[in-house]
Amino acid sequence: MTRSDLIHWISSEQKDFLQSDIDMAIRVVLDYLSESLALGQRIEVRGFGSFSLKYRTSRRARNPKTGESITLTSKYIPYFKASKALFRRMNPPHT
Amino acid sequence: MAVTKREISERLSEAVGFSKREAKDFVDFFFEQLSQLLEKGEVIHLSGFGNFDLRDKRERPGRNPRTGAFAKVSARRVVSFKAGHKLKNRVKSYAGRKEKN
Repeated sequence: MTRSDLIHWISSEQKDFLQSDIDMAIRVVLDYLSESLALGQRIEVRGFGSFSLKYRTSRRARNPKTGESITLTSKYIPYFKASKALFRRMNPPHT
Repeated sequence: MAVTKREISERLSEAVGFSKREAKDFVDFFFEQLSQLLEKGEVIHLSGFGNFDLRDKRERPGRNPRTGAFAKVSARRVVSFKAGHKLKNRVKSYAGRKEKN
């Protein structure tokens, strides 16, 4: 499901918000999440999960096409961990 | 301080002109819809932000890291989030001190 599918889906699931507002609101929310992560802030959405940064050390790597060896500098990458609640919803107990 | 639904709602209310109530309802609704989609087994691709993919893991042997006791890790479905290029680029040069997890 892509962003536009998501807007249509969310729009069809409720009647309080206009589709154009949903479009803008999703943009604002995702931009804010990105901005917060870029500042190194951790994000905790109760019931859904948390976003944080993970550190990656520099390492030697190879260009798989040419076999050329290059050095990748250390960096941070965004990381998401699903909440227990979401995990349980995706993995219902077999009964 | 971690960013929570409260901060997200505040930003939304400032930026879009939603009332506090509307902004809170929207944020709750938005993450609930994402959860429902993942629960149904739908993957979500948000261009500019990232992809929420699903991976089905097989059962595997594991250990309790504290006691060392063997334990079975049951088969499970996990969310794998892969940030898009735009988000990766914004984040990678973060130079500050890492917040404690």
